[in-house]
Parts: sequence; structure tokens; C-alpha cells
Amino acid sequence: MSLQVADLTIDIDGRRVVDAVSFDVPDGTRVGLIGESGSGKSLTALALLGLLPDGADVSGSVRWDGQELIGMPDRELAKLRGDEIGIVFQEPRTALNPIRTIGRQIGESVRIHEGLSRSAARARAIDEASRVSLADPERIVARYPHQLSGGQRQRAAIAMALACRPRLLIADEPTTALDVTIQAEILELLLSLVQNDGMSLVFITHDLAVLSQIATHGVVLEGGRVVETAPVSTLLSAPASTVTQGLLRDATATLWRPGGVD
Amino acid sequence: MPKTGLFERTSYSTALHDADLDVREGSAVGIIGESGSGKSTLVRLLLGLDTPTEGTVHFDGRPVDAGATARALHWLRRETGMVFQDPYASLDPRMSVGRIVGEPLWALGVDGDRRARVREVLEEVGLEAGMADRFPHEFSGGQRQRIAIARAVVHRPRLLVGDEPLSALDVTVRAQILELLGELRRREGLTLVLVSHDIGVVQNLCDEVVVMKDGRVVEEGPTEKVLMQPQVAYTRRLLASIPVIDPGGS
Repeated sequence: MSLQVADLTIDIDGRRVVDAVSFDVPDGTRVGLIGESGSGKSLTALALLGLLPDGADVSGSVRWDGQELIGMPDRELAKLRGDEIGIVFQEPRTALNPIRTIGRQIGESVRIHEGLSRSAARARAIDEASRVSLADPERIVARYPHQLSGGQRQRAAIAMALACRPRLLIADEPTTALDVTIQAEILELLLSLVQNDGMSLVFITHDLAVLSQIATHGVVLEGGRVVETAPVSTLLSAPASTVTQGLLRDATATLWRPGGVD
Repeated sequence: MPKTGLFERTSYSTALHDADLDVREGSAVGIIGESGSGKSTLVRLLLGLDTPTEGTVHFDGRPVDAGATARALHWLRRETGMVFQDPYASLDPRMSVGRIVGEPLWALGVDGDRRARVREVLEEVGLEAGMADRFPHEFSGGQRQRIAIARAVVHRPRLLVGDEPLSALDVTVRAQILELLGELRRREGLTLVLVSHDIGVVQNLCDEVVVMKDGRVVEEGPTEKVLMQPQVAYTRRLLASIPVIDPGGS
């Protein structure tokens, strides 16, 4: 199943924040949306699932498996969200409900989409928790978000997003709020899950290094517009647009270089 | 470089365990580590913002007593400047840029033409003198961080401490601020202590590095040596976790 975004345009309070963005995510590919703050990358991701704030005016087309998602009634969209398309956000602290146990939150989507009973959903939550390598899953599912570390919370959020085996995962800066050693673990986990399940991935990031670890293709955004679309290897070795060249140059200036500074 | 001992025989302990750190005058020291490693606690002690349970901090041979009155610590404030992570939180939105930047001059009773110094320092950090009459909300994140740096160096301190001064900035702005910090260091002979979880920044700016974990200094030494030949397993794991730009991709 593939995702096709064509001429996606978003106005908020009369201001154009995303301007005629187009890109494809063929089945099984991993596409990174990259840009600085204000480039429109997160709004684009939210628009894919109809999650934009009130007052946002959307036009253009987002086709998923042949269906048009723009203008689709929320009831219909809700059937896709969490089932065919999963999403992981930047900050697991705010993405998780603080007064529900982890297990209940992981089990929620399978109860809704697959009609599982409470006890079957609980058993499934334990399986899903172990799938994202949460240690001691039987005990973790009984805990509340505040009792978990940041890395554990993001693992739980990934388990929630993947519980129904979606065909597409949208990940909006899922490692930006994490420490670097935890970031490495979460990236590795995401990559292995996406590859094992043959999922497609839309990964939003401001970090070219992270992009190069996770994505096969990159879409570079600036000021709400797509400035370059290419395989990641091309973006990093022979960037065509001045925006990508600038991002690469500036990233390199502040980036850790294992070989030392020249 | 002669060892003049800007901080001589210092040791701390609270969220820290027996952390020893020497910062030589004119050097640039990077303190790296993950959340909860104690790196921010260490600089708070260093600047006399917190009192260590045990151990002492000396600046230029003089003990830093964080329990003393603000007036008694004037000498330390004269010698030090501080830049924080988030320039949206560190600048008072109701004060003009000129007042924000000039405040230390008045507060510390620095002599001379204060207004002229404010205009001068704004230009030194790559802003315009005329910006003194404007307010923080009129500026971008990168410009705000320049304002914060101007405020930190306006009274010509000898030591500049940055607590993640680049972490909240976009990558293009980070490169500019990194360059500015390096330039200030060269031009003013500033001693620099930089807390960062961003090892690339430390690699670029610092000649010495201190690695912290769980409130302990686990490794320290010249930047090239620690980063190229880490001796401690934790440092190796930390460095291996950092994503690098790999055109070969995933």
C-alpha cells in the first residue's frame, strides 16, 4: 500500500505554512522529511492523518491505498489511524495519558480496531511490550507513564503505534527528546521493526545524521515548500539545492566527527 | 601554557560524587554527559549558584562561598558570565535589549560609558548597536542567543559558562553561534566552560573534555585524546551512539 501526497497546501489563520508539497512513499520505503523549525515538516505529517489544529485550511491530495484522506470524515479517518497508519510523536511524556496504565494504552487500539476483550487486550499488550524490548513486560504494563524513563516511555509509545501492525508508520522526531545513547537504541528498534514488518515509514527530523541512519529517501523542506527530493545517499553526497547544501554544511560544522577535526 | 590555576584544587559533591575539576585560564573545557549525569549541577556550583555539601570551589585562588550575600559575590560575578540553553526563557520580554544587555554593568557597578559599552558589545556579537531600543520578541532564536551572549560578556568577564547554549537552536544558527563563541574566546582570551550533551560542539570548541555519568567524572583529558582514544567503556558507548552523517545510509 502506498502513500501519495500531491500539492498538499495548509493555511493557518490566512498564513500559508505548507505550500504545494508533493512526495510519494511507495510500499516498504522509508522516507525522511527534513527541515528546520518552521519548514512545515511536522504540519505535513499531521495533515497526513487529519490531525491538524482547528482553523487549519487544507487542500491538495493525500492518497493512501487509493483512498483520498483529505476531506475524509473523521469517523472514517479514525478507522485508519492506529490500524493501517500508526504515529509516534516527539515527546512520549505528552503523548501518553498520565492516568492510564501503559498496558491499557498499548491495548487500546487492539480493543478498538480488533474488538479484543479487556483480558485479551492485556495479554496482547504484554506481547507488544516485549516486542519493543521493554524489560519485564508483565510488570511494565501495570505501570503508569511517570514511573517509566524517557526511553521506556518512547518504547511504550512505539508499541501503541504498532500494536495493530499498521502498514505505514509516521514518526515525528521520535528521538529528539532523548539522550544520545537512548536515541541510538530507539532508532535501531524502529528500523528493525519497520524492516521486519515490511512497513513504510515517514520519519520527520531536523537531523541529517539521524536521517542517514533511518531513511532511504529524503524530502527537504524549507518555508513550507519541497526544495529537493532524492535518495538519502544522493542528498548527502551530491545535494542539488542550495538549501540541502547549506543544511549539510552547517550540520557538518557542529557535528561529531569520529575521525577527528581536520 | 603556564598553569595559572584559575580554579585550583576544586572538589564537589552533592548530586555529584567527589568531582574534581581544574580549569586553566584561557582553556576551553567541555563537560559532556547525558541527562542526570550532574553536569549542570557542576556548573551551578562552579558559579556559586549552589552550595556544595562537601568540597570547595576556588576561582583564581579565592574560595567561592555560595552562601554569602549577593554583594559579597560581586567579585565572582564580575569575573564570570553565563549563557543558558533557551533564549526564549532567559531574556525578560518586558525589557529592551539595551537594558537586558547593560544590566550587569549597572548591577555590578562597572565604571565607564555603559551605554557605549552596550552598543559596542552588540556589534561584537554580530548585532547592530541600534537594536538596543528593541525588544526580545522582535528577534529570532539565533539573534536572541546573540543577545544572551552579549549580556554574558558585556562586563568583560574572564570566564564564560554555557549550559547547552546551542541545543535549542536550528542547525544553521548553531553553526553561527559556535563560530561566535570561538571568536570571543580568541579575541577576548575568554576561558570557556561548556556543558553540552552535543559532542560535536565540544569537539569543535573545547581543548579539554570531562565526561560525566551518574554524578561522577568518569574520564577527562585533552579533547582529541578522550574522543579519539576513549579509555572508559561508558565514553566509548556514548561516542558510538552519536549518529553520524553516513551517505551510505541505512
